[in-house]
Order: sequence, then structure tokens, then C-alpha cells
Amino acid sequence: MTLAVHLAKRLSSGFALDVSFAAEPGVTILFGASGSGKTTILRCVAGLVRPDAGRIAIGDRALFNGDAGVDVPVQDRRIGYVFQQLALFPHMTVARNIGYGLAGLSPAEHQTRVAEVAESFRIAGLLDRRPGQISGGERQRTALARALVTNPAALLLDEPLSALDYAIQLHIMDDLQRWNAERRIPILYVTHSHREAFALGDRLIALEQGRILASGSPHDVLDHPAQAPLAEIAGFENVFGATVVARRDRTGTMQCVLTGSSTDLEVPLGVAPEGAAVQVAIRAGDILLADREPVGLSARNVLAGAVLDCSMHGSTVVATIEAGARFVVHLTPGGADSLGLKPGTRVWLVIKTYSCRVAAPAHARG
Amino acid sequence: MDWQAIWLTARLAAIVSGILLVISLPLAHWIVFSRRRWTFLVESIVSLPLVLPPTVLGFYLLMAMGTRSPIGRVWSEWAGHPLAFTFEGLVVASLFYSLPFAVQPIATAFSQIDPTLREASATLGASTLRTFFRVVLPLSIEGVIAGVVLSFAHTVGEFGVVLMVGGNLPGVTRTVSIAIYDHVQALQYREATMTALVMLAFAFAVLLAVYGLRRRPLAAAPMA
Repeated sequence: MTLAVHLAKRLSSGFALDVSFAAEPGVTILFGASGSGKTTILRCVAGLVRPDAGRIAIGDRALFNGDAGVDVPVQDRRIGYVFQQLALFPHMTVARNIGYGLAGLSPAEHQTRVAEVAESFRIAGLLDRRPGQISGGERQRTALARALVTNPAALLLDEPLSALDYAIQLHIMDDLQRWNAERRIPILYVTHSHREAFALGDRLIALEQGRILASGSPHDVLDHPAQAPLAEIAGFENVFGATVVARRDRTGTMQCVLTGSSTDLEVPLGVAPEGAAVQVAIRAGDILLADREPVGLSARNVLAGAVLDCSMHGSTVVATIEAGARFVVHLTPGGADSLGLKPGTRVWLVIKTYSCRVAAPAHARG
Repeated sequence: MDWQAIWLTARLAAIVSGILLVISLPLAHWIVFSRRRWTFLVESIVSLPLVLPPTVLGFYLLMAMGTRSPIGRVWSEWAGHPLAFTFEGLVVASLFYSLPFAVQPIATAFSQIDPTLREASATLGASTLRTFFRVVLPLSIEGVIAGVVLSFAHTVGEFGVVLMVGGNLPGVTRTVSIAIYDHVQALQYREATMTALVMLAFAFAVLLAVYGLRRRPLAAAPMA
């Protein structure tokens, strides 16, 4: 079954949402910065927020139709929803939480269904505990089991894994994918994490300020951003204005000078002619640092610079480096230690040609 | 000791707090969860007895119960006697007087429930009624108990309204508060002291119960 969503909603804050898409069985990622409208879409599909206009249907069952006056109440929609804060009932055991949505079954049948789904999500040993007594990953699994035990027609996940570490995330998503392999329901998965989008999605819809910017496979949308805002939200921490100074068709590269500096970068050949303004995007994790000038490298871009700032964010060291332009570089704490990074340290940036993405400049977009 | 007054007061307070529980649950639910804009109006009316002098409230209730008012007339025709200066009249007056003491703790408890819990319940197919009994009520049980206890205690202690609406008829409308007042007026300090001591012990027990309940980590469960 397909989840078809066409909706318009204006919030009192002035934010306007206007989207149209169809989610096939499997995982569809709703991707975008916070405030892009991802959660509002989920809330409209679930029936928690009433759209101003539009249609929402699962298969041929209408959930909302603004013109026909159809607005199925939340409790009759059969749409599973896993909230960002999970919303497990704190006064109930894991078993009671999972069984909450199972009404009108015999006690034996009820118990079987709960046991079955608890088994699938590896929480069968926790059924007598309360949400306050289990780990974050286990709470996550409980919330998924609770939403899925009722056999919903679609599942909505609002950044459910963002608080967990990556290994646990992947593990839980594996279990979810396995569970859905037989049932084949559409799953809308909201995230602003680039990594989750790549790891989990069959299809990705990129949102910006309430509109759909692009859709396709995560690889297509996120790795070849044709548009600068998407490059930024897709995890390209470095986006520079630049001018093409030379095209080298033979090597498949071109030379760009960054706007406002004399720094030039070799980038993959694009459609832009010589003299054209473009944007060059580079991920912070794709830049190597060296504490002396490197020689004998295959990488074509080596820039001398100095550290402006250096700080820890979680397990990542984020360094800002002035090298003709300001670059943001992500390193491991070990890497930062071995270079002795501190403000003022002289470093060399090493950037592979194919780590640079070229996009049309912001003002040229429609 | 005036056992007749104590028994009458206990009966009055039990009936009033029982009825108030039934009224306050849906009323508090509506005040807290309704999206209508004029909930504040109802909230203000409910809270009026908190700020109104009891004699003023008693005066209006007495007027309303009189045979000149439509309500008083309907009651008189139905019951065969006027509402004022009867036990039933005292119950009705106490309902108004103690209403905010039941509604406010319950409404406060309701409003502290994470709204996503109610939303989650709805997405799992539960009706508003089922959500109320399975999620809202269990998570606000302390507030509900506090509402019952406070409205009970407040009914026990009322004086001005009782005097206006009920008068001082032994076995009918003479409550403990009135009895103590009477004893003092008649210079019967021994009786007044005994009855007052009973009231003091009762009030202290009520507070012990309310604050003791709050200490119990009933729904303390950290959420991710």
C-alpha cells in the first residue's frame, strides 16, 4: 500500500508547509534541518494536526480530504507513531505498554501478540520492567514494538534514534527492516542526520522551509546536491563561492578560485564554463590535516593555513582553519592530539579533488 | 463533646467530596484539554468562591433557594419544603463553596501530564475515555486524591456559608464549626476545647495524608 500525502498547512508562526509525495512500502526518509516541516508532516498524517487543505490516503482509504470534508480521527487512522520523546507510559510495564493498542482480543491472544513482537525487537526479557528501569535503546525498541503490534497501515518515526549511539541505531533499524520485510508498510522516517539517511532509506525526500527540495535515493539527493541549501543541510560544512578559471577536459577537472581570496582548488569537471560563478562544497570530515608541508601526495589540493579555533563536540574535534578562506575540519581526538592542535598552530589542509562538490551559485537558482 | 454535630459534619463532607469528585474530573479535563478559548471564563467562575466572602456566597445561595427564585420554587414543589435550612440545602451550598478546592488540584495534575502521552494513546487507537482512565487518571492520581481530601476538609471547616444557608438546627444543619461557635457564645469552654481539638487532629491528619502522598514516587520514571 502507498501512503499518498498532499497537504498545505500554515502555522500561527507564519511557517507554511506545502508538500506532495507518495511513500511506497519501505523506508522513506524525510530529511531536512530543524524547522523544515518534517514533524508537522508526520503530525498531519497521524491526525494530530489538521491540514488547511489537501488529501492524505493510505491505499484507497482516505484519512483526510479537505474538499470532501473527510477527517478520520486519530484513534481510527491505524497509523503507528513513534514520537521523538517516545512517549512510553511511565506507569505501565513494558508488556502493558506494548499491549496498550491491542483492544478486543482474548487474554491468550493478547499475550501471544505481545510476546511475538517483543521477541522480534529483542525485549522479551524486559516485559515486567517499567520504562524508567530500562536503557535508552530498550525504550526505543519498546516504543517501536508498541506502535507495530497493532499492525498499523503505516509507521511514522520522528528522529527516534537520534539520542542513541550509532551501533545501537543500526541494530534497531536492522530489526525494523526485518520486521517490515514481510509486512511491507510505508515507513516515514524523519531525521536531520546525514548518516541515518544513508544507512536506512530506500528513498529520501529533502525538505526546506516547508517545501520539497528534491527527492530520490539518498545517494542521488545528498551526494550530488544541485542546490546550495541542500549541500549545507546534507552535511557539507564548507560551502564557498568561487569562479571557474580553467577547465581541463582531458583530466576531468577544473580550477576554481575562491571568492575574496587567492586560494584556488582543483575540483571535478562540471558544466560551468570558464569565468562562471559556482559554489564549492566540502565535508569537514573529508579534509586531512598535516603539521608540515606534505610531499608526494596524490591529492591535488594542499593549502597552508593556521588554526583559529579548536573544540570538542561529542567525540569529534571541530577545528576552524584560516587558509585563504575559513575551513571547518572534523578530526578524531587522537588525530588532534598527535598534531598538537591549538589556536595559532600552523597546518596544511589536504583535499582530494573528488571531495569537492560543485553546485550552481545561490543567486542562479530559480 | 457534640457527637451529633461531628457525625453530621462528617456525613456532609463525605457526600460533598464524593459528588465533587464526579463533577470535577470531567470539569478539570475540559478546562485543561479543551481547545476552546473561553475555558478561562469557566475557570474563573469555578474559582470565584476562593475570593468571594463566604457570607456573600451564602447570601446569593440563600436568595436562590428562596421560594421567590425559580430554582427554589421548583425544589419546593418537588420536595414539598424549601431548600434553605435543610441538610440538602447545606450539601448544595457546600458543593459551590468547595468546588475550586476539588477542581484546582485535579486540573493542575492533568496539566502536568506530558501531552505526547495522550497523543500516543490516541495513535494507538484509544478513545478519549479510554485515554482518560488508562493514562490521565493513573498519572494524576495524587492530584485527584488531594482534590478529594481538600474539598472534604474545606467542607468540614466552612462557617459563613453554613450560617447563611443552614442556620443552626441541631442534627440538621448544625456543623462542628457552628457548634464550637455556639459553645464559646454560651461560655462552655470545655466543650469548645474538646471539639476544637478533634478538628485540629483531623486537619493535621489530612495534611499528613496529602503531603505524605506527594513524597511517594508513584509515577517517577525518567523518559529518554
